[in-house]
Amino acid sequence: MSWEKVLLALFVFPGLLYAVPMAWLMLWIERKLRARMQGRMGPPFYQPFFDFIKLMTKQPIPRPPLDGLLMTGLPLVALSAGLVALALLPVSLNSKSFAGDLVLLVAFIEVPSFCAVMAGFASRSLFGQVGATREAIMSIAYNLPFLTAMVALASSAQSLRLADIAAAPATGVRVLSLLTLLLCLPAKLHLNPFSLSNAEQEIYSGPTTEFSGSQLALWELAHGLEWVALTGLTACLAIPFRTGSALGNVALFAGFSLILVILLTIAAAGTARLKVPQAARVYWRWGMALGVAALIMATVSNIERLIR
Amino acid sequence: MESMRLIRKLVSASRRRSPWLFHLNTGACNGCDIEFSACLTPRYDVEQAGILLVGSPRHADVLCVTGPVTRGTRKALEEIYAQMAEPKVVVALGNCPASCDVFAGSPVIDGPLHRIIPVDVYVPGCPPRPHDLIKGIARAASILAGEPSTMKEVKS
Repeated sequence: MSWEKVLLALFVFPGLLYAVPMAWLMLWIERKLRARMQGRMGPPFYQPFFDFIKLMTKQPIPRPPLDGLLMTGLPLVALSAGLVALALLPVSLNSKSFAGDLVLLVAFIEVPSFCAVMAGFASRSLFGQVGATREAIMSIAYNLPFLTAMVALASSAQSLRLADIAAAPATGVRVLSLLTLLLCLPAKLHLNPFSLSNAEQEIYSGPTTEFSGSQLALWELAHGLEWVALTGLTACLAIPFRTGSALGNVALFAGFSLILVILLTIAAAGTARLKVPQAARVYWRWGMALGVAALIMATVSNIERLIR
Repeated sequence: MESMRLIRKLVSASRRRSPWLFHLNTGACNGCDIEFSACLTPRYDVEQAGILLVGSPRHADVLCVTGPVTRGTRKALEEIYAQMAEPKVVVALGNCPASCDVFAGSPVIDGPLHRIIPVDVYVPGCPPRPHDLIKGIARAASILAGEPSTMKEVKS
């Protein structure tokens, strides 16, 4: 893998140049669709962009025990982790993928949530700490089925290379794993039935309550990149990229990501927030049932292959 | 030079189009708060203008104050004002923050608001109607965007 390819993936596609406008577009679709479902007009097209510019030009207020490095560093780490996760996505099944990048991707996708937990506790605010605790609980809840689904996918493709997994033929394992992934997305993106860590009517904005100005802008952007990365991962695994042309692949990838955003928003706008034990139960019961079923199917087919 | 002007224009436009509100009750009778909540309902749909209600003063651009500032809430008001990042604008909702209204002369009142923090926009009424509130917030947004505030800085 050459340096040019790495830089291209990080800064052009599916990195910064693609992901940042896409993140704003997704955040706008989410807000607009939610507004339409509530019988409102909703914000104009450029709203997330203007929110970002406005926040960037505000002077952050220091929070006495920990101003400076930690307050800026945590959102920056979350942002860069989202970017690296994006760069690892096997959008066009080219030679960018390498053995073991699935593990790396799963790790990097989890970093923003980890940063949010640290930020919540480090801000020493009541709301931040409650939000961080909930985020940590939810992370344990959804990661169990999420990782099980990933293990099932890797084991059925017999590879830890994302490109191999994305190129593997569609089987029952794949369908079940994708369903598990879809179930985990709302919790990973803090969307409504599972929007516990940033429950605005209860604990304001949770871990980011004490952040202001440009630091908050970085958090918002990191959240947007999470949207792009997670819908992109699902898109990569759900559609076999066989259009031939690179541009076709990109269009398919972006289109499928946007369809996922619409689905997630409809689910979020149509549901109310669950309590922490209820949300954890959804993942440990139904999420795990799906994940384990996928894993069992993958193992059975592997054993069959060995016997033959 | 040209690019600097463009950037300044962009910043000004983005400040005008995304005023985030923080609402603080400093001992109001709840009438203005009810009207304020009504103005944030789907019927008026203020999100069209980028207006959002946020839970933390650190996220907010506009401080919407109701109530005549009682002695008990004064410290909270000062603290919350200090926690807001520049540029910030204060909107006095209703008669109470402007003049203390029926509470004027009470020994437990530290108000009116302009004796404690500088006020940029007054929205009179007891309570003011949601349309007036939205008008006041729009005025606050244009002050954020760089229009001069007509109110004077106040002595304490």
